Order: sequence, then C-alpha cells, then structure tokens
Amino acid sequence: MALSREQLAQRVAQELQDGYYVNLGIGIPTLVANYVPEDIEVMLQSENGLLGMGQFPTEEEIDADLINAGKQTVTMATGASLFDSAESFAMIRGGHVDLTVLGAFEVDVNGNIASYMIPGKLIKGMGGAMDLVAGADNIIVTMTHASKHGVSKLLNNCTLPLTGKGCIKKVLTDLAYIEIKEGKFHLLERAPGVSVEEIIKLTEGELVVNENTPEMQF
Amino acid sequence: MAGFDKVVASYEEAMAGLTDNMTVIAGGFGLCGIPENLIQEIKRKGTKGLTLVSNNCGVDDFGLGILLPDRQIKKIIASYVGENAEFERQMMAGELDVELTPQGTLAEKMRAGGAGIPAFFTATGYGTPVAVGKEERKFNGRHYILEEAITGDFAIVKAWKADRYGNLVFRKTARNFNPMAATAGKITVVEVEEIVEPGELDPDQIHTAGIYVDRLILGTFEKRIEQRTIRS
Repeated sequence: MALSREQLAQRVAQELQDGYYVNLGIGIPTLVANYVPEDIEVMLQSENGLLGMGQFPTEEEIDADLINAGKQTVTMATGASLFDSAESFAMIRGGHVDLTVLGAFEVDVNGNIASYMIPGKLIKGMGGAMDLVAGADNIIVTMTHASKHGVSKLLNNCTLPLTGKGCIKKVLTDLAYIEIKEGKFHLLERAPGVSVEEIIKLTEGELVVNENTPEMQF
Repeated sequence: MAGFDKVVASYEEAMAGLTDNMTVIAGGFGLCGIPENLIQEIKRKGTKGLTLVSNNCGVDDFGLGILLPDRQIKKIIASYVGENAEFERQMMAGELDVELTPQGTLAEKMRAGGAGIPAFFTATGYGTPVAVGKEERKFNGRHYILEEAITGDFAIVKAWKADRYGNLVFRKTARNFNPMAATAGKITVVEVEEIVEPGELDPDQIHTAGIYVDRLILGTFEKRIEQRTIRS
C-alpha cells in the first residue's frame, strides 16, 4: 500500500534527532510536527521570523501578529525567539538549520528539484523554497512517486523550472525512501506491501536496488 | 523646531511627495505587519505606475491588493503572489510585471540596499530561472549568483511602538520585512499602534533606530488574519 499523508509524516519524523532545529514546508511536511518522538526535543523554524513554533492557538490565544510561513495563526513554544526576515534567512542560508523538509513536483538523479512553478498555469512564486534548498545540507523531499496517471516524478532530468540544482539527497515518496548519489537513485526502503518491481516501474531515473530492500517500519 | 520629532498629523502628510512611477518598498508578510493605512493612502492619492517591493501583494480587498483595481502597480518584486483574482488576471494579461525573487534574497536585497552594499553573492537560485542574466562565481567550490540591492523612493513600514524620535519596536512575527524596509527608503514612513515620549523605550529593546525613520504616524489597525487556524 502506498503511504498515506500521515504515514509520510511519521516516516520523516523518524529522521528527527534530539536538539534539531527543523524547517517544515507547507503541506505534508507540516504534519511532521504531530509525530515528534516524545523522548526528544526539536525546535521548529518558521521563515517569517520565528524559531520555536508552537501548536495552533485556542480561540482566546489567537494573535494576528503571530503567524507561520503558511500564514496560519500559531503560538510560540517555550524558549522561542523572534527575528526579522533577513535574520531568518541568515539562519537558513548560513546552514544553521539541521533539517529541512519540503514538497516537490519533480526531482532527478542529479539532485535537482522543481517545486514552485508550472509554466502556463498560475505562477505563485517560490517563497522561501529556493533559499531553503540552497542553504540546507540535510533536506528530505516528500512527494508522491508518480502522477495519478502513473507518470514518474523521479526523473533523469526535471522538466519543470528548477527550485534548486544538485541539492537534494533524500526523497521520501508514498512508495519508497530513496537516496540520490553519483547521478543515480538508490532504493533504501519500500512502503509496506509495495514491491521493488512496482517502484522500479514508476521510477524513470536509474534506480539502484540492493537485495532485500527492507520495508519501512512504523 | 522639530528636531528629531518625526511625528506627522495626517496620512496625507505621511505620504506627501509620492508621485507616479516611484519605487515603494513595503514591510509585511502576507497580511501580517503590513502598513495597512499607508497603503489606503496610496489608493486614495491614486498614484500610478508604481514599482512595489514586498514579499506578497495582499488579497483582493486588503493590503497591497487594493492598489490593483485602479492599475496603480506597474511592477511588483515579490517572493509569493497570486492570493487574489485581480492579480492573476493582470499578470496573465501582461498588464502587471512580476519579478519573482526568493524570499531570503528579497530580504537581503533590502538589507543591502539600506546598508550601502550594492550587490551580494548568494547560492540561492543558482541553476534556476532566477539566475538568468546574472553573474556567476565560484567560492570554495560552490556556485553563487550576484544579486543587486534594492532601494526605494519610499519605504512604508508598520511597527508596534515608537517614540517620537522614530525609534521602533516590532511585535512578534509582524516584524518580518519591516526593519529591512525601514532602512531602504529615501523617505521612510512608519505607522504604529502607540507613540511614546523619547526615553520611554528601553534603548536595549529598540529594533530599529530612529535614524532610518523620516515620518511617523499613529494609526488604528484592522489586522486581518489570512488563515485563522485554531486547535480543538
């Protein structure tokens, strides 16, 4: 079975380590916050100027001056700090964020990522995504492995305009956990009940498969 | 003698001197921390042909979006736009020039502009459409592109508190682009929720020094929320 959105978030959460500063993109990455293991501490960075993002507010706590990068009202966690946008991106660009999780339309065997624009359709912009992929060393891309029509999104070459070049090393799809190195995809894990053959079929770029690829554990 | 007193009495006075085809830098992220009354004043004045520099462009009936129906914006430099129908229509029709700029690069362009740095190298955008036409250089084996600073004829800023000398304190994530915008305007206009006497703000807690501020006005704010999310 392909992973649900929640399972994708759960699997990403297994990569969190105690003391990590983490930036979570909009969509599935945001759900990762719900699965932080109880025995570790992580701090969430929101690029609009908050380190230590808390949960959503109660009706009484709502504050128009306190939002996240998705423009949702939030609260601050204990030990939070506030800063301006230049400072926020100094953290990101300067490599101070330990893990970045974001979505994508396409990735390719050279670690290129396309995630912000589909020409001909409405163009909304890259927001902070280009800064995040250029600034972080440890990035996990979460995405569906293929389109509804079975067209692979793990390609030899991205077809859409790039968000970043050569910057992606880890991709978690609804079918597989994949590492990108030396111009190839490498299958690390498969979703429970998903066969290696199925993953190969839906991966356009060259995929290196070892014997006995383990299933993801939840 | 006004000395360092930056307070003006009316919005008309606050935006005096803004004329067609000028560049205006605006603080704010989404609808958070936007100079909402200064934007209203630009609408009232009817100034046209403006180049706006702002992370976003508001929504249909609030924030910078209200400058769209009368075609007051010629060009916008932003990282994320299109939260409103009129914006989309004007962009698709080629009536509005949109220069998409990565968010961190946009913040740094303002910061550099205000700090007298004409350009800077960043890895952000290398190998993407953002890099087209820009100088590339390699430092320590990594590729970087040259991004030029931005300054504005006007900067419009929203802060929480100020003293009469224009020393500013921002509140929570309403700070966002406002401090950089404040440094990058030839004329920087700030609207605030509270004005106190000089000496009443703790100098250690001031986010933006009054040297950057030319005009200061006391406003009342709607502070509209774009995504009201609550926990059950």
